[in-house]
Amino acid sequence: MPDFLSHNITVINFILINMALGLSIYLTLSTGLLSLANAGFMAIGAYTTALIITRTDIPLGVAIVPAMLLAALVALPLGMLVLRLRDVYLAIATLGFGEIVRIAALNGDKVVRWFSDNKDLIVFNGAEGITLSYVTPKIVLGLPDSTWPLLIYLLVVTYLAFTLQNSRYGRVLASIRQDETAAHTLGIDVVRYKLLAFVLSAAIAAGAGALSAPVMRVIDPRNYVFSKAVDILAYAVLGGMTHWFGPIVGATVLTSLPEILSFLKDQRDVANGLIIMISTIYLPGGLVDPKMWRSLAKFVLGRNTSGSTA
Amino acid sequence: MYRDMSLIEPKPLLEIDGVTKKFGGVVAFEDVSFNIYPGLTCGLIGPNGAGKTTLLNAISGLIPLSMGEIRLSGDTLSGLPPHKIAARGVSRTFQNIRIFPELSVVENVMIGWHLNNKGTLLETFFRLPRSRMEDRESRKSCLGLLADLGMEDLSGLQAGALSYGDQRRLEIARALALKPRLLLLDEPAAGMNRRETDELFEFLVMLKNTALTILIIEHDMDVIMRISDQVVVLNFGVKIAEGSPDSVRNDRRVIEAYLGEE
Repeated sequence: MPDFLSHNITVINFILINMALGLSIYLTLSTGLLSLANAGFMAIGAYTTALIITRTDIPLGVAIVPAMLLAALVALPLGMLVLRLRDVYLAIATLGFGEIVRIAALNGDKVVRWFSDNKDLIVFNGAEGITLSYVTPKIVLGLPDSTWPLLIYLLVVTYLAFTLQNSRYGRVLASIRQDETAAHTLGIDVVRYKLLAFVLSAAIAAGAGALSAPVMRVIDPRNYVFSKAVDILAYAVLGGMTHWFGPIVGATVLTSLPEILSFLKDQRDVANGLIIMISTIYLPGGLVDPKMWRSLAKFVLGRNTSGSTA
Repeated sequence: MYRDMSLIEPKPLLEIDGVTKKFGGVVAFEDVSFNIYPGLTCGLIGPNGAGKTTLLNAISGLIPLSMGEIRLSGDTLSGLPPHKIAARGVSRTFQNIRIFPELSVVENVMIGWHLNNKGTLLETFFRLPRSRMEDRESRKSCLGLLADLGMEDLSGLQAGALSYGDQRRLEIARALALKPRLLLLDEPAAGMNRRETDELFEFLVMLKNTALTILIIEHDMDVIMRISDQVVVLNFGVKIAEGSPDSVRNDRRVIEAYLGEE
C-alpha cells in the first residue's frame, strides 16, 4: 500500500463516511426539506450494527441491512409527524429528534432493565458507549479491509443519487422544492414524495452510520449530537446543493481541511473556520455550482478569444 | 313519445353548487352557483377583489370551502386534496406565474405529464426498460406539446430564463400535459403585450376547438367576450350576472359594478 494511503487511512475512511452522509442530506435538501435528523439516523445505524456484530457472528455487510431498515421504520412515522413543518421549523423539530436519539442511547439501559430480570444488564452502556474489539487491519487488494465496505457503499449511494437526480423522481422532488403548490396542482402527491425522500435519506444515513462503527470502534452518544447534524448540513452547503457531486466535494474538503491545516497547530481551527466562511460568502451556490462554473468558463474563454483578436 | 331528456340536455362537466368561502369574518364569495357544460368556455369576470381567484383555488383544492359543493361529472371534488383533483382531470395556471424556474422548459411540461408514468422507484433505480421507455415517451410527447405552442426551440432552456410571455405559455403547456377535462386559466394574458395577447387568443381558440372545457379569469374584456360561450360575473363575492357575452355586456348591474352606480 502506498505511504500516502497508509498514513491517512483514517481520514480517508471518514471522508468516505461523510460523503455518504452528505448525499443523504442532499436527498432531503433537493426536495426542499431542511432536515437535521440524519445524525440521529446515523446513530441508529451505528448502534444497531455495533450491537449486532458484538453479540453475534453476523458480518458487517449483513448487519447493515437491519440497521437501515430500522432507521427507515423510525423515519416513516417521524416523517408523517414533522414533514408538515417547513424550513427552520422542520430543522428545529428534526434536531429535537436527534436529541431524543442521544438521550435514548444514554439512558436506554434503564429502560431495558425494566423489562429484564438482570438488573445489571448492559446494552447501550450509557455515556461510555459500545466498544468494538480491535481487529488488526488486513490489506485486501491494495486497500485496508475497513475501507472496502465504505467505498462500495459510497459507490452504491452515489449511483442511487445520480440515477434519482436524472429520473422523473428527481424531477418531481426538484419541482416540490421549487414550488410545492404548483407541483401539488399538477397531480403530485407532495406528502408522499416528501416522505419518500425523508425515509430514503434516513436509510442512507443509517447505512453510513452502520459502516462507521468498525472505523470509530467506540460508539457513544456524543458522536451523534447537534454538531454532527450541522457538520452533515455543512457538507451540502459548502459543496453545493444543486448537484449530487456537491456534497461529495463538501465532505472531502471539510473532513480533510483540519488535517491539511494541522501544520498551523493552535491556529488550525481559526483558519478552518475562516476558509469555510470565505468560501460560503463568495461561493453561495457551493463549490459545485454548475451555473457558476459555466459562467466562469464563459468568462475565461471569452477573454481568451477577445485577447487573440486584439 | 317518450324521449330521454339526458340525450338532449347534456350533463354539466363542472357544477359549482352554492359555494361559500369565509376567511374568519371576511367573505371571499358567498352562495355562488353556476354550471359549465362540456366543451364550452366560461369566462369568470369581476372587479378586483371579487373572489375570482379564490374560487379557482377552491376548485383546484388549494383551499377548503366553508359551505357548498363542487362536482366534476357528478363526482364531488370539494374536500379532495389538490393532487387528486388534478388526477380527476382538472388542471390550472396561476395569476402570479408558478413555473419551476430551475428545471428546463421541457422538464416543466414533463412534471405535468407525470401522472402518465407508471414506473416504480425500483424500476428507476435499476433502469429497467419500462422506466426508460416512459421517460423517452414523456419527453417526446412534451416536446410535441411545446411545438403546438410554438415553443419547441426553447425546450432546452432553463424555465426561469424565459420572457414573461413565454413563461405564461409554458404554464399553459404544463397544464395541458395533464390531459385535463377542465382547464382553469387565471389571467393568462396578464402582463402580455398586444401581440402576445393576440397569439394567446389564437391558441385559446384552437384549444376550444379541441372540445376542451375552459374556465378563464381575464381582465382583457376583448378576449373574454370573444372567446367565452358563457360569462359569469362576480362582485364582492356574489354572482351578479350570468349568460352569453352579449347579455352580460348589457346587464345594468354589471355596468354598475365596473363603472360605479350613477
